[in-house]
Amino acid sequence: MTRLLEVENLTLQFDTDEGRITAVDDVSFSLDAGKVLGLVGESGSGKSVTAKSLMKLNAGNAIYGPKSKITLHLDDGPVDVMSLETSAEMQVVRGGAISMIFQEPMASFAPAITIGDQMVEQLLIHTDMSAKQARELSIEMLNRVGISDASKRFRQYAFELSGGMRQRAMIAMALSTRPKLLIADEPTTALDVTIQAQVIDLMKDLVDDFGMGIIFITHDLGVIAQTADHVAVMYLGRLVEQGPVREVIRTPAHPYTQGLLAALPHLDDLDAPLVPVPGDIPSPLERPSGCVFNTRCSKVIEGRCQREVPQFTKVNEGHKTACHLYTQEEVPA
Amino acid sequence: MSEAKPLITTRNLSVHYPLRGSLFGPKPVVQAVENVSIDILKGSFFGLVGESGSGKTTLGRALLRAAPITKGKVVYDDGEVRYDLPEIEGRELKDYRSRAQLIFQDPYAALSPRMTVRDIIAEPLEVMGLTKNRAETDERVREIAAKCRLNLEHLRRFPHAFSGGQRQRISIARALVSSPRFVVADESVAALDVSIQADVLNLLKAIQQEMGLTFLFISHDLSVVAHICDYVAVMYLGRLVETAPTRTLFSTPRHPYTRALLSAIPSLDPDDRGKAQKLEGEIPSPTNPPPGCKFQSRCPFAVDICRKQEPELEHAGDGHEVSCHRWKELMETEPMMAG
Repeated sequence: MTRLLEVENLTLQFDTDEGRITAVDDVSFSLDAGKVLGLVGESGSGKSVTAKSLMKLNAGNAIYGPKSKITLHLDDGPVDVMSLETSAEMQVVRGGAISMIFQEPMASFAPAITIGDQMVEQLLIHTDMSAKQARELSIEMLNRVGISDASKRFRQYAFELSGGMRQRAMIAMALSTRPKLLIADEPTTALDVTIQAQVIDLMKDLVDDFGMGIIFITHDLGVIAQTADHVAVMYLGRLVEQGPVREVIRTPAHPYTQGLLAALPHLDDLDAPLVPVPGDIPSPLERPSGCVFNTRCSKVIEGRCQREVPQFTKVNEGHKTACHLYTQEEVPA
Repeated sequence: MSEAKPLITTRNLSVHYPLRGSLFGPKPVVQAVENVSIDILKGSFFGLVGESGSGKTTLGRALLRAAPITKGKVVYDDGEVRYDLPEIEGRELKDYRSRAQLIFQDPYAALSPRMTVRDIIAEPLEVMGLTKNRAETDERVREIAAKCRLNLEHLRRFPHAFSGGQRQRISIARALVSSPRFVVADESVAALDVSIQADVLNLLKAIQQEMGLTFLFISHDLSVVAHICDYVAVMYLGRLVETAPTRTLFSTPRHPYTRALLSAIPSLDPDDRGKAQKLEGEIPSPTNPPPGCKFQSRCPFAVDICRKQEPELEHAGDGHEVSCHRWKELMETEPMMAG
């Protein structure tokens, strides 16, 4: 098992008109090659900005904390992402070692350039292929992701493809540069369940074939259960729980993870009531002190949770949570 | 529920849209909805599921008289009035609009950013002239806002100050302020986070019971439908392929398409990986539907007859209907189809 990515103490703030907001707060995680990490949380939890930090793709008003460290282990040695400054330096990660696919493929393809030209362009930038080789590889990749009549699709525009087909083309394009790390930001959210199942299958096959690491961002715990090896749960910019997928889904430790699971409709028990997590996620301008989840937590320990930021505690092998309930002597059931 | 009368009854309802054709020959049409016959019982949550392009939104709109009804019978009967929906015009249509309402998918796009929440909720009352004066309007707005858990302070603000879940509660309040009997909720929780989704679903259910409403709940999310609906109809390429009480449909799906849809829901059990029965391909374009059964091009069980003849809806048990040539046979030969 080779370590691919290490994120340590990542902190990210944005300067806005209304003040400085904290989007990511002291987040650390790691990923091995050939593994899938699921990053889960509600809108506004900081999942996407965390992923974008890996390529320093956040907007110009982003301020990274001084202790933030992102290390990408490539064949030629480790790359310290935070130290990359110019766009030439950044090419090592952007589209090189890291590729990203997005929720809405229609918005990610240029509308007036053919799918093929866009695929070839990035290969010419990131590899030393000739135009002919790039063309051949692109058509082969379109074939590989299950697009029939690939050489015809190669000459078409994004609007001529269906939603599922576009997402496949997006994956083909992201993988043709042979990235070490693929970031998939809600790649199946806009798709029908049947097409979602096809795309999930495809991504699993590709991990096996290419041996890359994947960070899979989604709010859908079912999708996580079917794809991820490890799960990291985010709330208001902080990681609150991480561990192997079976453990986190079957025996969630953090009250927030428990709340997310209780809010989901379960097909095997139609009579179970849906229990929402009370209240709304607070504005990042009004981050609660202490544990960020204390304003909505049903198990809040008055006084302590409002004052002290909980540190990660081990629940089980590889499974840890940041919650004061677990820092006490007795671990509650 | 069995003695309840239908609020909406459709018989062979079709919605066709003309396509631009050649100068000669018959004008081609898209059969967005074709031959749909359903009964939506009073006081029920009726679910409509299917992939994008299956015609579920068009059917919902036809029932609101917001899409043209090409042929077929649609009757609305709430005990006070009885309307033949394709026929009504003028005053009757206006009255029907106050009795039938729509809740949209995207609470960010559905609310005018320039109006206060009070004005947004009051607008239907004013447009339809349902109240006599401002005091009465305010009274109705406050009443429905309270039911949707919005307070007086909220009413003075503008939509931008609200979260997604609160906005959807505002949309619901606006849809319900005219005291409708029939509400179409088109993907009304699809854009929400799970926790907010649970909150909105609970609210819809509570309000439905309190006000005795009838809901047509359109969704692509089968687990949500399973949870909230009493009946479910499954559509594919404009056709009804199966309809049944929710529990029956989820425990004993008879149509291969329903079975595939259920199987595609990502299970919360990580050990279910790879067990899903995968449906190949995509829904065909409604401008060029396959001959015979519309599902045959993707159906793993398709045989000759499926390619030639379109199946009819058949009785498959109590309130359970299925449109498949081979459902009985498959029940015996395919153990997973027996449920």
